[in-house]
Amino acid sequence: MKREKRTEKYFYGKLFLSTFYLSAFTFGGGYVIIPLMKKKFVDQFKWIEEREMLDIAAIAQSSPGAIAVNASILIGYRLAGFLGACITILGTVLPPMITLSVISLFYTAFRDSAAVSAVLNGMQAAVAAVIVDVVISMGVGIVKSKSILSIFIMAAAFIATYFFEINIILIILVCGILGALSTLVQQRKKKKGEQRQ
Amino acid sequence: MIYLELFWSFFQIGLCSIGGGYAAMPLIQSQVVDTHHWMTMTQFVDIITISQMTPGPIAINSATFVGIQIAGIPGAIIATIGCIVPSCIIVLTIAYFYYKYQKLTMVQGILGGLRPAVVAMIASAGISILLLSFFGNEPVSYQLSQIDVFSVILFAASLLVLRIWKVNPIYVMLGAGAIGLGYFLLF
Repeated sequence: MKREKRTEKYFYGKLFLSTFYLSAFTFGGGYVIIPLMKKKFVDQFKWIEEREMLDIAAIAQSSPGAIAVNASILIGYRLAGFLGACITILGTVLPPMITLSVISLFYTAFRDSAAVSAVLNGMQAAVAAVIVDVVISMGVGIVKSKSILSIFIMAAAFIATYFFEINIILIILVCGILGALSTLVQQRKKKKGEQRQ
Repeated sequence: MIYLELFWSFFQIGLCSIGGGYAAMPLIQSQVVDTHHWMTMTQFVDIITISQMTPGPIAINSATFVGIQIAGIPGAIIATIGCIVPSCIIVLTIAYFYYKYQKLTMVQGILGGLRPAVVAMIASAGISILLLSFFGNEPVSYQLSQIDVFSVILFAASLLVLRIWKVNPIYVMLGAGAIGLGYFLLF
């Protein structure tokens, strides 16, 4: 694990503030935070590689608990060990705690406010745009890899989740097995090639 | 001991909700409404609505909300901690093994199979949010006449700004929120 990032100026502050920001703007929870994290930690800070971000997303998705919390634990741990994980957990959990504490004081007024829902509707359209933007970048990356298996998995997994609403854990299991099988086949081919020579 | 009960309830919710998001909903309902009677069903539905409108995972939102109603701020903190402790233990264990063995060919192969699937799942979540935003909260049927033109324009503009100028997404969201409010106040 790379640890040299710790020496960067204001590293912990940056780590806390970015997770705090991201959590504060993750409406609806779930997968929305992954594209935002990718933009921040992969594209902007360049602390994490894109493929590693996808691994983090897969682990966060298949572990119990909220995806946003799981993903931020993984990012914190990756960047600065246990202390890093504690910082990112705090950054992720504080915004919803503060918001909900305030809202619980006058929640019926909040729920029925037309102005509040106008702001939130506007933000929802932007959130959708952010996700589509990231999906385009990552999808193009997969297609450009020219791996038929990867492109097939991407298409099949999309159909399975979106149209058939198949359990995500099951999809992850099947895709993992497919990946393992293709590695086995490749290794066997390699061995055969070596034997012939 | 109310604090212990809160902690244990949300510990179970955190432990059993795999897949995140709405997977946690029935679990929260069974703990908070059915078993402990900490809230009525109406209050529970309100939490779901508020969770959709506010940032943060639904499990953390309800932990804070229920905790504060039952035992004030300390209750909110304890319920939230209970909710994230299972994640911390399990995810940190997996992270330890991931960074220890990620260089192995077999682990690389398995992860190589997972990555395209993750992109597909993000795409699927994106489309759900897109439809929610274009057709409002109750999309009974997706008919073109019910489409919210304002949201579509806002979406297209945001996407353009993001792809061409690579603007920080948070500014794009804040801007879209402000435009949404302006549109509401004007019309």
